[in-house]
Amino acid sequence: MISDPDVVGLLYLVTIACFVVSLKFLASPRHARKGNWVGGVGMLIAIATTLLLDGIGNWVWIVIGLVVGSVVGVVGARNVRMTAMPQMVAIFNGVGGGAAALVALSEWHNATGPVWDETVSIALSALIGSISFAGSIVAFAKLQELLSGRPIVFPAQNIVNIVVLVGAAALGVAAVAGVEDQWVLYTLIGLALLFGVMFVLPIGGADMPVVISLLNAFTGLAASATGFVLDSTVLIVSGMLVGAAGTLLTLLMAKAMNRSVASVIFGAFGQVQTGAGTARADDGRTVRATTAEDVAVQLSFARKVIVVPGYGMAVAQAQHDVRQLADVLEERGIEVKYAIHPVAGRMPGHMNVLLAEASVPYTQLFEMDDINPEFPQTDVALVIGANDVTNPAARSDPGSPIYGMPILDVDKAASIVVLKRSMRPGFAGIDNELYLDSKATMLFGDAKESVLKLVSAVKAS
Amino acid sequence: MTDLPLVIELTILVLAAFLGFEVIAKVPTMLHTPLMSGANFIHGIIIVGAILVLGTADDTFTKVIGFAALVLATANVVGGWFVTDRMLGMFKRRPEPKRDSKEPGQ
Repeated sequence: MISDPDVVGLLYLVTIACFVVSLKFLASPRHARKGNWVGGVGMLIAIATTLLLDGIGNWVWIVIGLVVGSVVGVVGARNVRMTAMPQMVAIFNGVGGGAAALVALSEWHNATGPVWDETVSIALSALIGSISFAGSIVAFAKLQELLSGRPIVFPAQNIVNIVVLVGAAALGVAAVAGVEDQWVLYTLIGLALLFGVMFVLPIGGADMPVVISLLNAFTGLAASATGFVLDSTVLIVSGMLVGAAGTLLTLLMAKAMNRSVASVIFGAFGQVQTGAGTARADDGRTVRATTAEDVAVQLSFARKVIVVPGYGMAVAQAQHDVRQLADVLEERGIEVKYAIHPVAGRMPGHMNVLLAEASVPYTQLFEMDDINPEFPQTDVALVIGANDVTNPAARSDPGSPIYGMPILDVDKAASIVVLKRSMRPGFAGIDNELYLDSKATMLFGDAKESVLKLVSAVKAS
Repeated sequence: MTDLPLVIELTILVLAAFLGFEVIAKVPTMLHTPLMSGANFIHGIIIVGAILVLGTADDTFTKVIGFAALVLATANVVGGWFVTDRMLGMFKRRPEPKRDSKEPGQ
């Protein structure tokens, strides 16, 4: 048993240092995995220290809780497919937020008297934690396609949301002002859960990278607020580190879409812009369909090919086949690179994870700013299931809802081949002018089947 | 735990925010998912709160709430760590020897 508060504090300080080093390492490809281990050691120290504190009892329940939680965590983490990673991240986010809200609830239940700063922390932790929990569950349901990935909207949605949020906040203020009834916090949590559900419902699939990062930040902040209630610096600092990381990612994602975070949350993209930025198909240009054999010939005679993956590749689980195609091309001496848009897919860095799973070396993956100057020297740009992030209207058409969004300059390549399921517009609900480009041809069909056909056609040619 | 003055705690909070921004300011796109997943694991530190609640609970209500919090927080910690490790294990600098055309599990 540890009873000396200085020893306890020092052990928690080691944990904090481990977490900071862990985050630092996670930001560099060479050390990332080591970083996760350092974080793991820090966490074990914190858990062991807490278990050894004076006055900790209820051992049976603690052990059962640890075992049950571990089994759920390991089974979930081990079995999830890489394509399901966004929903996995969402759900682990949610459980953290839920835990923070429950800790706040029990602290409220056992509060001995009104201490205003503790009550503020309890209210904040319950509020943010509940929003994060409910929001993450809805995000999970959307990504898992239990709910439609399209925005779900109803009239006066933003007003209703604001009323709910203000109601929850008002209850928090009431609690701080001295209303000590249990129902205050129950109702607050209920309203916060409702808000969490309603604020994610109208957000569509392509905006998920922003939302997931934001929920991540929320859970961190909720944990940090709990630290104030429990007077625990390790919670305050660790929670805030995550809050900062999540906020930074949220801003990065929003910037990559040239939208403000507020417009993502309140905008219900694809809903507001009707008739804007429609491709002018009546100017005589038409979409040209092609066959796998023709594309194979094009690829075989190319010197340089850039693959542009998007969410369509994830849906079709085509990443392994894409890598196979790249291998076949490289065997013929053709240079193959991958162009990754920051918001391609459903979470930050989604494409990188999928391609890493398919053992594509990360030295072949290039960020937007690094690869864009190379498109003019590229013979074939192979767009696999990406849409809005390649739409030249973002550069040229001020009327387009995605105008100003940084895009991959696919249209500057000598020729463009687009693998696409159908002519259905992308998430933003607008047509892609790229498809009308005289250099562009379309290979329709499921991304996986199309790529497999390409592999055998290239081998045969 | 020692009762720190509120101002000290707020100071720590604000410094931690700046530290967080600085430490991950220039993370490449490639590592966005592992970073998020790693941060996800770190907010599992709420497990400390859950243990404190459950470990000092006297009444049934607190025990139930604390137990639920502990299960959620443990799932957060363990799941977050394993997912991150699995993901990072896949990131490779050089191509590995060619495998057969069919990947497992497909």
